[in-house]
Amino acid sequence: MRRPRLLYVPFWATYLFLYAPIAVLVFMSFNSGDSPYSFEGFSLKWYGELAGNAEIRHGLVNTLVVALGATVLATVLGTLLAVGMARHSRSKLLDAVSVLPAVLPDLVLAIGLLVFYGMIKMTLGLHSVLLAHTVFGMAFVAAVVRTRLTHADTSLEEASRDLGAGPVTTFLRITLPQLAPGIAAGALLAFTLSVDEFVIAFFTAAPTEPTLPIVIYSMVRFGVTPEINALATLLLAVSFTVVIVAQRMTRLTESLS
Amino acid sequence: MTRSTVSGAAAASRSRRSRALGRLVFLGPGLTYLIVLLLIPLALVLSYTLFRRGRFGGVVYEATGENFTRLFDPLYLDVILGSLRLATIATVIALLVGYPTAYLIAMLPRKWKTVALVAIVLPFWTNFLVRIYAWIVLLSGPGLVNSTLGELGLGPFEFLYNQGTIVTGLVYSYLPLMVLPLYAAIEKLDPQLREASANLGARPARTFVSVTLPLTLPGVVTGCLFVFVPSFGNFIIPELLGGGRSIMVGNLIRDQFLKARDWPFGSTLALALIAVLVVLLLLQAWSARRA
Amino acid sequence: MLQITGVSRRFGDVTALADVSLEIRQGEFFALLGPSGCGKTTLLRILAGFESPDSGAVTLDGEDLLGRPAHRRPVNLMFQSYALFPHMTVARNVAYGLEREKLPKAEVRSRVAEVLEKVGLSAMAGRRPQQLSGGQRQRVALARAIVKRPRLLLLDEPLSALDKKVRAEMQLELKRLQHEVGITFVVVTHDQEEAMSLADRIAVFSAGRVEQVDAPVALYERPRTPFVAGFVGANNIFSGRACSVGLASDGLGVLPGSSDLPDGTPALLAVRPERLRLDGGRDGEGVLKGEVADVSFYGGVSHVSVAVPGRAEPVLAATQGATPIRAGAQVNLSWAAGDGVLVPQ
Repeated sequence: MRRPRLLYVPFWATYLFLYAPIAVLVFMSFNSGDSPYSFEGFSLKWYGELAGNAEIRHGLVNTLVVALGATVLATVLGTLLAVGMARHSRSKLLDAVSVLPAVLPDLVLAIGLLVFYGMIKMTLGLHSVLLAHTVFGMAFVAAVVRTRLTHADTSLEEASRDLGAGPVTTFLRITLPQLAPGIAAGALLAFTLSVDEFVIAFFTAAPTEPTLPIVIYSMVRFGVTPEINALATLLLAVSFTVVIVAQRMTRLTESLS
Repeated sequence: MTRSTVSGAAAASRSRRSRALGRLVFLGPGLTYLIVLLLIPLALVLSYTLFRRGRFGGVVYEATGENFTRLFDPLYLDVILGSLRLATIATVIALLVGYPTAYLIAMLPRKWKTVALVAIVLPFWTNFLVRIYAWIVLLSGPGLVNSTLGELGLGPFEFLYNQGTIVTGLVYSYLPLMVLPLYAAIEKLDPQLREASANLGARPARTFVSVTLPLTLPGVVTGCLFVFVPSFGNFIIPELLGGGRSIMVGNLIRDQFLKARDWPFGSTLALALIAVLVVLLLLQAWSARRA
Repeated sequence: MLQITGVSRRFGDVTALADVSLEIRQGEFFALLGPSGCGKTTLLRILAGFESPDSGAVTLDGEDLLGRPAHRRPVNLMFQSYALFPHMTVARNVAYGLEREKLPKAEVRSRVAEVLEKVGLSAMAGRRPQQLSGGQRQRVALARAIVKRPRLLLLDEPLSALDKKVRAEMQLELKRLQHEVGITFVVVTHDQEEAMSLADRIAVFSAGRVEQVDAPVALYERPRTPFVAGFVGANNIFSGRACSVGLASDGLGVLPGSSDLPDGTPALLAVRPERLRLDGGRDGEGVLKGEVADVSFYGGVSHVSVAVPGRAEPVLAATQGATPIRAGAQVNLSWAAGDGVLVPQ
């Protein structure tokens, strides 16, 4: 079937719409002037300012601590849960609960955890964000790993059992290696989501320990500075690189298998 | 005979034990985590809807229905209906823009298909706040659009801080979530069905209405859900692009928890949010079953 | 009458159709036969309007067809996958094309009922395609196409998705229907048996070209190109040069055949397995001698393959019923000059 010409209008409009604001942001980050709006000349001055900004550095460190911790926890718990659901359970209720954090509005999870932390009188800090991010990270890891498990060949596990390996050996030597790409993808997803997450962190972080999105939020809220342009450009560069590398890697593994 | 029966029973009980062990090892940790940090917090929120607020925040465990009657106070009802309206408009616009885009992507040659899809997803993987901020830079009083218009002798206009900007922000943020399920549904559609329709005398518009659209309806519903749900409960976009007033139900909930300290009423608003979501999920399940 | 004149189509550097010309008569059952990738499906899609040729013309009863979009052509196609609309019942599928003609509802209803009756699916009118068997789906696809009373009906591999038994039934049914409705049928197939049993005339395609157009019997008995000789039916093929009594073969002496080719023309000689005579014993008179390599019994016929010294592939002979000949036996092979067909190389 031929491609209707008329469709190219909304098609290109979509990409223009998606990329124009980003392009402007990147362009303005190289501005030598003080205004975030009008371009005066090329300079890397705002990147220098950014490097010297203690608040942003603090937020960045906090974000990385939370994201790394939550990713490790979510990957372990999510993988076990996925294997458990695929091999040891037929409960529809469990399935529903496991995807709940992914479909629940973030705001609802945020207030739920705020209320819960208050009730058990836990002081807020980085740990409270880390525990919260693990909840949805785990849901995504479990979902990704489980898709891979349902496509995996169960006869390999049966062969392992038949050859005398116990369930633990079978899991470690047979199931886990088969799942490795899925686990890696799930972990990457959990990490990226945690780095980006704002709403839940906003509700569960201590005011003295903001994550990077919280720092950006307060900067944006209380006035626009060109430093944000530079920060935004760096974040964009990191995300773009990660996505493209991940895309290449999955294509590579697809072409290998 | 007897001996083998006995050993059979022993083997059965052993395998039952190993299965129970497997469940405990694999399901135990994750399930415990989900119960403690997901189900209990949600149950707390739900139970708070029935109680009175404490004088300095917190809850007084004294049953009341007043949180629910307050939902229908015009002051709050307007906000809820307004959020429904804004989220619906954003969803419809995303659908109208997203459908032709997804349709064209599905028809591109393989190589370009991947590129086009990655390009749709890419902005979604960049920081949400950064993307919203980009619009402020673009649209604010001295921003790029106004300065360009100024050179033409127009403006300056106040683009920011109205409902149109909120809708723009919502569409911008969640458009990729519309395109992906639509693309999946259109891609799955057998192109011969469209050819068959043309062969039987249907003009392209008729083919779209009678064949393509009904067969991609599950994708349409999923995409709408993916855009509507985060739009409806959003509080960042209305705050940053809408001027900080309590315009959408998300802002209202945030304020109840962080400013007014009225947790029971905040919980009740959250319940309303969940209720709308559940209705939509049921609708989606129904449409998926029909297809 | 469908007139195809000089139609060519290239995809990148692949030539799908090279200067194809055909004349298909009104009411004819015509087959386009060839291996996959030979261009026959491209031609079908050009007739239906899903592809455009790079050059050439197609007219139906003198009217230009190529200038019209797919949905305005008096041509209907039965898709290989059937392409039934999964969200519509059988009756709605069949009615779809009539509704596009804006016919009165009552007429649509009566014509749908009539055609479903004709294909024996009246009881299934309310079902969805997914609830039907393969053979039933095929009938729905056929009903949906013929209910429009097109001037030309195209069928893309109509029987390929069916199992053997249903196939035989549908084959008869297609022929019966074609007689009843009197529409010109053009069927595309890679299956020569399907083409032979269905069609009045067959066009054999190879690499985008028409090799030969003939009635099934003529095609079988008088192949005119090496490709047709090799593609249609099993054939024993010998290469050499034409001579007055047949073929002066490369290494096997003179083989009997009939032709009007000038002496010395490079040629192939094709002999059908069922035309070969087998004699046991060492001293019989035969054209070729050899040793039986294998005997396979197929019920009605037996296939005997004979290793002939001086020839790489075995010579295949078919005999009626079971044969007493066993592997290892020495045999003489012979055939009448009229059964050896010479094809210029």
